[in-house]
Amino acid sequence: MSDIEQIPVTMTVNGKKVQRFVEPRTLLIHFLREELNLTGPHIGCETSHCGACTVEMNGMSVKSCTLFAAQANGAEMTTIEGMANADGTLSALQEGFREMHGLQCGYCTPGMITRAHTLLKENPNPTEDEIRMGIAGNLCRCTGYQNIVKAIQYAAAKLNGTDIQEAAE
Amino acid sequence: MNDMTPTREQREANLEGMGCKRKRVEDVRFTQGKGQYVDDIKLPGMVYGDFVRSPYAHAKVTKIDATEALKLPGVIAVLTAEDLKGVNLAWMPTLAGDVQMVLADGKVLYQNQEVAFVVAEDRYIADDAIQLVEVEYEELPVLVDPFQSMAPDAPVLRPDLEGKTEGAHGPRKHHNHIFNWAVGDKDETAKAFSDADVTIKEMISYHRTHPSPLETCQCVASMDKVKGELTVYGTFQAPHVIRTVASLLSTIPEHKIHVIAPDIGGGFGNKVGAYPGYICAIVASIVTGVPVKWVEDRMENLSTTSFARDYHMTTEIAAKNDGTVTGLKVHVLADHGGFDACADPSKWPAGFFNIVTGSYDFPAAHLEVDGVYTNKAPGGVAYRCSFRVTEAAYCIERAMDILAQKLEMDPADLRMKNFVKPEQFPYQSALGWEYDSGDYHTAMQKAMDTIGYRELRAEQKAKQEAFKRGETREIMGIGVSFFTEIVGAGPSKNCDILGVAMFDSAEIRVHPTGSVISRMGTKSQGQGHETTWAQIIATEIGIPAADIMVEEGNTDTAPYGLGTYGSRSTPVAGAAIALAARKIRNKAQMIAAHMLEVSEYDLEWDVDGFQVKGNPEARKSMKEIAWAAYHAPPPNMEPGLEAVSYYDPPNMTYPFGAYFCVMDIDVDTGVANTRRFYALDDCGTRINPMIIEGQVHGGLTEAFAIAMGQEIAYDEMGNVMGASFMDFFIPTAVETPHWETDYTVTPSPHHPIGAKGVGESPNVGGVPAFSNAVNDAFQFLGNTHIQMPHDAWRIWKAAKDLGAHG
Repeated sequence: MSDIEQIPVTMTVNGKKVQRFVEPRTLLIHFLREELNLTGPHIGCETSHCGACTVEMNGMSVKSCTLFAAQANGAEMTTIEGMANADGTLSALQEGFREMHGLQCGYCTPGMITRAHTLLKENPNPTEDEIRMGIAGNLCRCTGYQNIVKAIQYAAAKLNGTDIQEAAE
Repeated sequence: MNDMTPTREQREANLEGMGCKRKRVEDVRFTQGKGQYVDDIKLPGMVYGDFVRSPYAHAKVTKIDATEALKLPGVIAVLTAEDLKGVNLAWMPTLAGDVQMVLADGKVLYQNQEVAFVVAEDRYIADDAIQLVEVEYEELPVLVDPFQSMAPDAPVLRPDLEGKTEGAHGPRKHHNHIFNWAVGDKDETAKAFSDADVTIKEMISYHRTHPSPLETCQCVASMDKVKGELTVYGTFQAPHVIRTVASLLSTIPEHKIHVIAPDIGGGFGNKVGAYPGYICAIVASIVTGVPVKWVEDRMENLSTTSFARDYHMTTEIAAKNDGTVTGLKVHVLADHGGFDACADPSKWPAGFFNIVTGSYDFPAAHLEVDGVYTNKAPGGVAYRCSFRVTEAAYCIERAMDILAQKLEMDPADLRMKNFVKPEQFPYQSALGWEYDSGDYHTAMQKAMDTIGYRELRAEQKAKQEAFKRGETREIMGIGVSFFTEIVGAGPSKNCDILGVAMFDSAEIRVHPTGSVISRMGTKSQGQGHETTWAQIIATEIGIPAADIMVEEGNTDTAPYGLGTYGSRSTPVAGAAIALAARKIRNKAQMIAAHMLEVSEYDLEWDVDGFQVKGNPEARKSMKEIAWAAYHAPPPNMEPGLEAVSYYDPPNMTYPFGAYFCVMDIDVDTGVANTRRFYALDDCGTRINPMIIEGQVHGGLTEAFAIAMGQEIAYDEMGNVMGASFMDFFIPTAVETPHWETDYTVTPSPHHPIGAKGVGESPNVGGVPAFSNAVNDAFQFLGNTHIQMPHDAWRIWKAAKDLGAHG
């Protein structure tokens, strides 16, 4: 433990209010992963390029590796752990990623799904180009993105009640 | 049978066996953020290690003073080479027969080399303490250019090797020389060249790059001093080998070392080797008695834990006027960095680069590789390829295009003319391999027909005319690539790692209720083994894949295996799985015979059980047989239903494919747009087409990155240029082309299920397709060869140099 003075931080994470004391320099990703044991968001680059740490903060996608926990004080936060349906079944996006083979090693997946979740709120009917642009802040080394695009199209179709297969073609 | 009895088709579908697009088992946890990767592991009392690294590429280390760092509250220890000498670990052996410093022992050989290991209560304090360790350096002349390595006055990089004229792979001819490796018939090849109508010669470079999986290398080491047991969780593509190496180095008995590779966030070859971080974390845990976590950051990953390629290949082909190739001569200058830590099977200093004759029937060939030291990071891993195979494929595929240009032949036609013919398999290559099976002409023709190759050439010609008339500033390139890979290392007769033969293994246990747990010596890093291995077992023993759990990565429970890299899982472990399953089926047949009171020879296998020949209603399902195996086995038969198989492959497998890339290039900006990319793969029997397609997409995207800009470059001072994702090119969804995939099926004749492996084909075949497209686009302006990577600046420069800017 260092002698740096700790400050209080309060936020709502996946619907649950949490309060902790942290060093002012504590990064949000470390706060989530190590204080709250939410290890879904990952660290891939520490420079906001890869997006493995993406979470939703106050309705916006943010990269939690380059935000201080203190900057999230008072925020509403959603991580991959808060994505499944209330009954525990996979959400449309989670299901889409599985159905369309939109993941391989799984390391980018939490950030990718969390980003796609916010993207679909911003734009419920994105074109392929809009999806590709919308996830450009999230890197994947395994899939080549093609099936990620299909996964997001699958989810959009399911959420909009349109034909999933057609959307995925 | 009544109406409720499932049909044969229904029973087959219920198995989700080989050939079906089974959805992945892994995804249920990964999509919910419930994967368990190394950095997710938290052990009681765990502390953190981090490195002090050298800012210089070549320097003497004259002093390390940790006094101030140790005063910082929360700092537990600072390890240096002097401390490691106490446990004989200041240096470690490499896979290539060299030795490598774990921590700087008197000098550093590359920028960011590990100098001291700080152990602290948390990551932040460790980082603070790094700044407080005072290190004094005395700079030495830096050697960056491999072509200068063996100059008479080149700086001595490795004083520890002074006077050593014999290396791990034969004589060394200079103080910076590592090895010379020569294969093939030199005289025959020389004759082919002296008799040739046409020859070409080009120095083809394959630049240095890095596998950069999204999860970096990391581990948690935990020494239980009371039990004398060491547990290491780590990003290990080959956990069993790591355990053996850890035992040999630490002298802790192998059975008291527990190596566990949990979920791995991509590997691509980066996680095969043993790195100083692992050693230091283990030593630190032994010293402190508490668990120590080491997690490298991205910059450390890109600049220190290995690299890939850095092969400079002077290539010559001899041919007749009609295009028939008669000889191939290649000399490679291989830049291995400061230590030879190349991750190849031990007897192969240049991996399987002697697959460089590719898909063509060269009657004579000769290859020489010289490895040299430079002031760069050590390594030489197979970045999504079998050992040095992607370098070889790039070399021959680029050279065939250059030959086609010289002969004024179409590059696809030149390939067709020289392909090894179907009737020549098994084919003995001039450089010593026996290709197992192939039908290259069929694959190439299908690919050409599908993309409309002749029409594309006509379009290209029209565009070139329009360009010359000044009507457009866009030119068009068609990249042709036909690769043959060599994967599945490998037969014990020629493949081992530190003496351990490169077999692989599987253990299958059928429980009384007919569900299964199965463990393998491989380790998935995204390939989906939990899904596909179960499919093989399902087809072989008729138990639904959904009832089969696959487990890998725990060396306590899994049978010994050599791990996952070089596309070896399917060719080697895949075979072990099928053979273990067949042992179970054989025993099941005897049990079924006993249950049905017939001879086992009266039974036949039918999807998910045995039936009496000619009387399909007299049958026992595997589920019933499993129960009987534990409940009432035949007299004199051991109860239980399980099997282990260790598989030593009789040969490698040789996947192949035809790739075409259509590219439009703006000569004024250098921007290249991939209009189409078509990949036809033949990986033999296809286990899960969905996963194969995913593997191809991913490998092509990596190939696109490598060919079009991804590079680990150094300046003349040995500074790593751009070891972060700011500069190191990882394509996003925006730049990544759309992929078209296709296939033919030519099973491997020696593999129990005929499968060959696919994960690396797209990287191997993709890079030449992209590079050939760029080179092809500029050919009509007089270009012969433009070096990779083809980023916009270099393409613009090439256009300028060829006079395209007027």
